[in-house]
Amino acid sequence: MNYDLVVIGGGPAGLAAAISARRKGIKDILIIERDRELGGILNQCIHNGFGLHLFKKELTGPEYAKCFIDEVRELNIDYKLNTFVLDIDDKKELSVINSRDGFFKIQAKAIILAMGCRERPRGAINIPGSRPSGIFTAGTAQRLINMEGYMVGKKAVILGSGDIGLIMARRLTLEGAKVEAVAEIMPYPNGLNRNIVQCLEDFNIPLLLEHTVIEIKGKDRLEGVILAKVDENRSVIRGTEKYIECDTLILSVGLIPENELSKSAGIEIDPLTFGPIVDESLETSIKGIFACGNVLHVHDLVDNVTLEAYKAGEKAAEYIKKTSKERVLKTKKVKLYPGNGIRYVLPQYVNIDDLDNNLKLFFRVNDIYKDIEILIESNGRLIKKIKKNQVFPSQMESITLDKKLLTELDQEEILINVK
Amino acid sequence: MPEKGKVWFFIFFKGGFFMYDVVIVGAGIIGTFIARELSRYDLKILLLDKENDVSNGTTKANTAIIHAGFDAPYNSKMGYFNVRGNPMFDKICHELDVPFKRVGSLVLAFDEEDLRTLEKLYENGSKSGVTQMEILDGEEAQQIEANISKKVKGALYAKTAGIIGPWELAIALAENAMENGVDLRLNTEVMDVTRLNDGYSIVTNKGNIMSKILINCAGVHADKLNNMVSNNRFKIIPKKGQYFLLDKTVGNLVNKIIFQCPTDRGKGIVVTPTVHGNLIIGPDSEIIEEKEDTATESHRLKFIRQVAEKSVPNIPFDHVITTFAGVRAEPDTGDFIIEEAEDSPGFINVAGIKSPGLSASPAIAEYVVNLVKEIYGSIKEKNFNPFRKRVIRFAKLSDEEKDELIKKDHRYGNIICRCETITEGEIIDAIHRKAGATTVDGVKRRARPGSGRCQGGFCLPRVMELLAREKNKNMEEILKDGLGSYILTGRTK
Repeated sequence: MNYDLVVIGGGPAGLAAAISARRKGIKDILIIERDRELGGILNQCIHNGFGLHLFKKELTGPEYAKCFIDEVRELNIDYKLNTFVLDIDDKKELSVINSRDGFFKIQAKAIILAMGCRERPRGAINIPGSRPSGIFTAGTAQRLINMEGYMVGKKAVILGSGDIGLIMARRLTLEGAKVEAVAEIMPYPNGLNRNIVQCLEDFNIPLLLEHTVIEIKGKDRLEGVILAKVDENRSVIRGTEKYIECDTLILSVGLIPENELSKSAGIEIDPLTFGPIVDESLETSIKGIFACGNVLHVHDLVDNVTLEAYKAGEKAAEYIKKTSKERVLKTKKVKLYPGNGIRYVLPQYVNIDDLDNNLKLFFRVNDIYKDIEILIESNGRLIKKIKKNQVFPSQMESITLDKKLLTELDQEEILINVK
Repeated sequence: MPEKGKVWFFIFFKGGFFMYDVVIVGAGIIGTFIARELSRYDLKILLLDKENDVSNGTTKANTAIIHAGFDAPYNSKMGYFNVRGNPMFDKICHELDVPFKRVGSLVLAFDEEDLRTLEKLYENGSKSGVTQMEILDGEEAQQIEANISKKVKGALYAKTAGIIGPWELAIALAENAMENGVDLRLNTEVMDVTRLNDGYSIVTNKGNIMSKILINCAGVHADKLNNMVSNNRFKIIPKKGQYFLLDKTVGNLVNKIIFQCPTDRGKGIVVTPTVHGNLIIGPDSEIIEEKEDTATESHRLKFIRQVAEKSVPNIPFDHVITTFAGVRAEPDTGDFIIEEAEDSPGFINVAGIKSPGLSASPAIAEYVVNLVKEIYGSIKEKNFNPFRKRVIRFAKLSDEEKDELIKKDHRYGNIICRCETITEGEIIDAIHRKAGATTVDGVKRRARPGSGRCQGGFCLPRVMELLAREKNKNMEEILKDGLGSYILTGRTK
């Protein structure tokens, strides 16, 4: 089986990437989705608030997904559901299985990785105690409640203030459960401010900052958790422990880009984003393999995922249309580094000569900062400065750099700092 | 003892009484092994356990290794059964299709005292009959195991040590025993035992059972059962040990089982690969009050981490996927108790089976079969199938085999667990075998969905759905593990 473009993942990133490649003239596209339907995690996000930036209106997750699923169908883009990619090699050959076709190989000219992310489980944060039922990651609870129609408990504590955790605090309350508290180990919430207001404050659910769960109690079903306050080093402050009776613990303690397939192909992974290292075209360390959405880095808004995916589709289309001779080695490669106060920066590389126009770079800070300057430097020389009133780790920031400015650089690295 | 047969030949169910030749209490590795070995003979056997699945005590939470046998004193039962048991694993694991690898072990020495300990271990092992041991210098040790500490001065290398899936073995033994006629009853707890003229009446929460022979494999609760029957009392001291389990991506950090020298301060911490390619680190040892306290504690885990780093300095603890604890049955006698109680004919204790109990289990089972034979005088062999239907492990098949299998049974083309690449076909097989899975954790122990890095985040709803469909139950009835471990509390509004 041969395709010009194979998109792995039929969630928001994969759908938008396929649509954009088709618009750029690529006919032969296949989307591979492991679940039963297109749309990905959006299908279980039945709350609204999607599309505010892109469509200027508030949609639910399934509504937002439907816009793209409809377009994929109108554009006659092929897709396979319940189909699983076992691995990819560095020659862009995919090993795939499903119930109907068995095991088969697909040779692609280009691949777009759009596999999304997974949730960090209890083990990843090492909460000690017993191992009863009643402990769910927020996304799993969301799937059980919103898609399967089952309740997961009656009295809950939520650990972590990621957006899905906040959304689930409201959802559980609306379904008649009592949410005792949302505990966040950091001194600031991890989710969007609008979710703090709409999901916690409106329902009088306490948000306990600098608090964490230090023990899990219960033999068969969860019986309670011990919460404690932590100091600035995130160490538990003795004497602040308190027992909260609950039958459910929801974990919203972070998302990790799911890159097992990327690794099977030998794609280089950034230890800061847990996603592939990409250049300004969202191309990974293997030519012709692109990445977008939460597999690349975890986004706060699906609107940004869509925009990123459009670009990946466009760039993959350009790659496919070029002959191998035209796919010349890119020149003047500049590396972007996160400096003081910056958690990560994307893309990690820029090929200056290949830039269409200006470079929009994305980054996250590692703490809350007020009245700061973001400094872009190269070899100690300041090339751009931007003032910000306040920045949060939970909010992705962006800066646009002129192509001209970049062309004039004499050093092959750029450092981004918070001052 | 009258000859077997006549009264015992038929089983009657009358007024809640069941009658057996042999009742084995406890379906851990010891109970299941004895049940399987006894199922070669013409006996009516019942295996019972108070838990909701076999292998649900110590068997499911230990270091998962088969010791060479140099550690336990040569003149102890532990030493004897360990050394005798070790070579028996190849055959049993082949017959039952259980993962087992003889990867070898190293005991690391860091100073002069440790080096003397190595000599002592070597000597003790030689006296016990351990073969293929070698004392290496520090450089040689690092050559065969690159990531151990540069401070290692020497090591005892034992080639016969291995890694195994302990609960998989117990589950396979239970299945094979049932295929050969053994009855299994779960959620059945012994409340009292009365000695009859010729056997025992066992009172359980599920009615009374009569049996000629009663075998005590009750693990940490073996003292309680013994003391219901015999006046020769002993005590089981529960000792908890805690562990880290790390992701497969770092499973090859070491290739062998890495021990430390036992000192007055403890037996040291083990770092070892597992048969599934993960890395396991632990255990510590702590006497506990509650026999089923398997809670992990942060200060204990921190200690394990520090001690482990002495052997392997660069363990990537950011790749931990879970932590767990197991409780070992430490007998106050200091050695395995494997004998017919003097004052209670037909009551056999197989108790205090602490480490190296798993390694000793095949030899213990063989010995107990002989005890049963002695009690009966003789027992007739019957048709016995030593083999278990092969387990399909989809991820391990070649491309062609995968294709062929899916075309034969399309359920093998449906991936349920993404992290471990486990198919619907494998899960359904785990549910429908004898001693099959009835719970989410039961499925996990047999087919491994949820054992990977996401720990069931994606596959939990799908596994529950398959259990509900195959067992003809409602989703709300599906349990995580024990009877009280419900997952869902009802429908949404």
